Amino acid sequence: MHLAYPAVLAALLFCTGLYGVLARRNAILVLMSVELMLNAVNLNLVAFDVWLRDALHAGQALTLFTIAVAAAEIGIGMAIVLLVYRNRGSSDIDGLRDTAEQPDDGPEPPDDPSGDSSDAARPAGQKAEATA
Amino acid sequence: MTTTTLAALVPLLPFLGSVAGLLLGRRAPGFVRPLAVLPTLTALALAVVAAVRQGGGEPITAATELTPTGLVLPTGPVSVELALNLDGFAALAAVLVALVASCVQIYSTGYLRDDPRYPSYAALVSLFTAAMLLVVYTGDLMVLLVGWEVMGICSYFLVGHYWETPEARAASLKAFLVTKLGDVPFLFGLFALAVDAGSFRIATVLRTVAEGGLDHPTLIALLLLAGVAGKSAQFPLHTWLPDAMAGPTPVSALIHAATMVAAGVYFVARLLPVFTSSAAALVVLAAMAAATMIGSALAALAQDDIKRVLAYSTIGQLGYMTGALAVGERGAATFHLLSHGAFKALLFLAAGVIIHAAGTNSLSAMCRMRGLRDRIPDAYWTMTVALLALAAIPPFSGFFSKESVLAAAEHAATGHADAVPGSAGLIVLVSGLVTALLTAAYATRLWLLAFRGHGTEAPDHGRQPLAMNAVLWVLAVPTVAFGLTVGVLPGWFDGHALTPTVTTSVLATGVALVGGLVTYGAWRHTTALAARVPLGAVAAHPDAEPAVSEAESIATHTAAYGSPGAAHDPADPGRLLLGPLHRHAATGFHLDALYDRLFVRPTRAAARLVHFLDREVVDTYVRGAGALPRLLGTAVRRAQTGNVQTYLSVLLAGSVVLAVAAVLVTAGA
Amino acid sequence: MTASASGAVTLTAAAHPGFLSPTGVEIAFVLVGLVTLGAALVTVTTKQLVHAALWLVVALGGLAVEYLLLTAEFIAWVQVLIYVGSVVVLLLFGLMLTRAPIGRSPDADSGNRLPALAVAIAAAAALVWVVVDAFRTTWIDLGTRQGSTDAVGAILFKHWVLPFEALSVLLLAALVGAIVLSRKGGTPESGKDPQASKDPQSGKSPESGKDGASGTTPGERDKEPR
Repeated sequence: MHLAYPAVLAALLFCTGLYGVLARRNAILVLMSVELMLNAVNLNLVAFDVWLRDALHAGQALTLFTIAVAAAEIGIGMAIVLLVYRNRGSSDIDGLRDTAEQPDDGPEPPDDPSGDSSDAARPAGQKAEATA
Repeated sequence: MTTTTLAALVPLLPFLGSVAGLLLGRRAPGFVRPLAVLPTLTALALAVVAAVRQGGGEPITAATELTPTGLVLPTGPVSVELALNLDGFAALAAVLVALVASCVQIYSTGYLRDDPRYPSYAALVSLFTAAMLLVVYTGDLMVLLVGWEVMGICSYFLVGHYWETPEARAASLKAFLVTKLGDVPFLFGLFALAVDAGSFRIATVLRTVAEGGLDHPTLIALLLLAGVAGKSAQFPLHTWLPDAMAGPTPVSALIHAATMVAAGVYFVARLLPVFTSSAAALVVLAAMAAATMIGSALAALAQDDIKRVLAYSTIGQLGYMTGALAVGERGAATFHLLSHGAFKALLFLAAGVIIHAAGTNSLSAMCRMRGLRDRIPDAYWTMTVALLALAAIPPFSGFFSKESVLAAAEHAATGHADAVPGSAGLIVLVSGLVTALLTAAYATRLWLLAFRGHGTEAPDHGRQPLAMNAVLWVLAVPTVAFGLTVGVLPGWFDGHALTPTVTTSVLATGVALVGGLVTYGAWRHTTALAARVPLGAVAAHPDAEPAVSEAESIATHTAAYGSPGAAHDPADPGRLLLGPLHRHAATGFHLDALYDRLFVRPTRAAARLVHFLDREVVDTYVRGAGALPRLLGTAVRRAQTGNVQTYLSVLLAGSVVLAVAAVLVTAGA
Repeated sequence: MTASASGAVTLTAAAHPGFLSPTGVEIAFVLVGLVTLGAALVTVTTKQLVHAALWLVVALGGLAVEYLLLTAEFIAWVQVLIYVGSVVVLLLFGLMLTRAPIGRSPDADSGNRLPALAVAIAAAAALVWVVVDAFRTTWIDLGTRQGSTDAVGAILFKHWVLPFEALSVLLLAALVGAIVLSRKGGTPESGKDPQASKDPQSGKSPESGKDGASGTTPGERDKEPR
């Protein structure tokens, strides 16, 4: 089998997960997307391990470890999300803006500052690209 | 103990006393008074013993090298040495300094008995005494400079003792700045002298001068004269001394009558050959002395503050001393220095008693009091004696010393002194006679106004402390009797006879009598006016220490009379005598205003300019430099939305761009 | 769109000799891969939160099949056991505990959607381009089974035993951490006010899980009727 198949599939899965992490509002959906990204990596590890015929099967061992770490991560992440939900009554990621500078607003900005956030994202993105 | 050890102990003891006083002042208040008085008294005894052993014979010298200066001349390396030079001048001057300092320390125990700052005050007086004794005894110019500057800083602190009053603060600052203004050229002069002579040792310098080895005598002499004028309060730089009367009276007696101002005269006396090798310097010195004498005597006649009268009289008597030096007669100068030190210290200390008893320092207030002399008989009698000495009435000490100056001037004016230009002698002689007249006039005025007042009863301030009265009588002894040593003194000095000549003594005494009588006449004329114009601001504190009355009267003088020195009093005989000149004399001939216009205002204007430049020009650049980062900061702050997803998007977008760029670079595209 | 892009990539890559004659394994791999990718895309785009979790099961299961096709059978079973078995269940519980709406929720995506899409597509393009460029000609020989339970177990406990033990410590730490985090009473006061204010706004029955140690059960009971 061509190595390109699993590699391309892994890349696409990873980017799908990436989109989910960046675009989803609910924290649990973000965690699902993180799982997708991890699985894409796992697929890569397995495919390259099979291709390289590693004597120690480092790729597969590492995949197992990754799965275990992912399980731990999902446990901790879920605990955090529940805590956030308990404290704030919502698990929306874009509501967690306590680190923002708030000169005149209240402590929590209103629910959906979509225009505001995309406005803010654009100059910042341009700046990041300019510095890169 | 050898004489050298004795002499070394003389400045050392007050110094140690001062250090101990400063260290123990807070912890052991009981030790402060003994630590102030005993070292000074011991130093006096040692100075007397050293003077007796020296006996006016050959100078006793000893030296040990302190540090090399790094300066190497063709004659060899120059080093600073802890040198002792004990000759007749030094021995007698040290006795005077120690005597006055002891009197002042004893007097201060009464005068400042409740002062919370007495420990530091006493320690500073001791340090001052030590510095002056160091100047007197040292044989090395650099060590002399150390003592010279220590005196300057001690004077600053002591004049500012009543620092709660703005007058004292301004006066201490002024004294410090003006004397330092003279000290800068003085330092240059010392270096120039050392370079020319190849050594800082006074003996070596004098030997070089005698061999004619000095290349720039006029320049050096003029540079040194600037420092002398600053310390000894001579004409252009004398303005600090009257203002320095804002300090406590014992400080005035110690610093501004007997020791610090004497340092300049003593210094010129020690280095007189340097000055006589330049005729120009002598003429400058004579002109300086003449201007100082006459101007200060006129100003003294117009002052209302009793201590300022004495301050201007100090300046005038120092003028006599520099006049004697200008005609090359340092024996007469030192003679007058010694006698003047005694009677002027007495005058100041008695003035302290009067101020305490009267509750004011204003003469026009005193002349409206009855019975002041009966309250303070000790001060009355001793002050009378001292004023007679000041006016040079025979047979008091001032007569002999002043006559020796005038005789020397007459000697030089008639061309009998070699190496001294006749013009210098003439200037000194004429101005000296004029000043004798004026001195007698203001001495009479002071006495009449202070002790012959009419009007209300003087306020009761309780008994004067015994320490203060006793000191007055101690100082009265040399005031009366010191003149009788005139036959012995030349053996201690250069050997020139100091006895009065008939011509000058008749002339000067006659002039002095005329001055006194004219003033008496004027006083008779004006005293009737005193009842019409009431004046007077009197501070009465029967229980407080005497210094409290003085501090209050200094602080209130300007408020009560309109100027620090003068009062608008028609009963003042000085006003009648001086006529239109009175207005100018009262302000010291507007020298302060002149200096203010010449130096203070340009300096202030320059400071304002710098302030403006700093505020408006430099700060503009600084603010401009801050504006750009602030703008950037505002922009960056807008990006801080707190939305984690935004941050992550930007981060990943940047990563993608970086990765693509890296791939492109490695692929060589 | 991403799926069609991957198809295009597959076609262009077929220009290589190896791609012209796909083996049966390859065909199966591509088909399952398409299903997996599609499920993943639905997972990150669907408006129904619970559906997202279910589609995630499909995607993870598809990946398990891919592992099998790559002869890594032990990994595949582990994938099924842990991911499909526990992780997704955990996620579903999380959704319920946070009272996620069952039907379509219009605000499932945040305002960051367009930037996210741009970043994801850019990253995908870059990665696919690099990967295809690099591994166009690489061939995996699947002749021998490499991931049998036997082999992996031997390797794991012969060579990787130390990391394995370390991993157990990590899991323990995660366990303790999760317990500490989800304990009640950590932030008792700050927890009440937002919830109380949120309840009337969302129109649900008041949350009784604030008090007492039985924090999770009332929440579950709340969910169960739906």
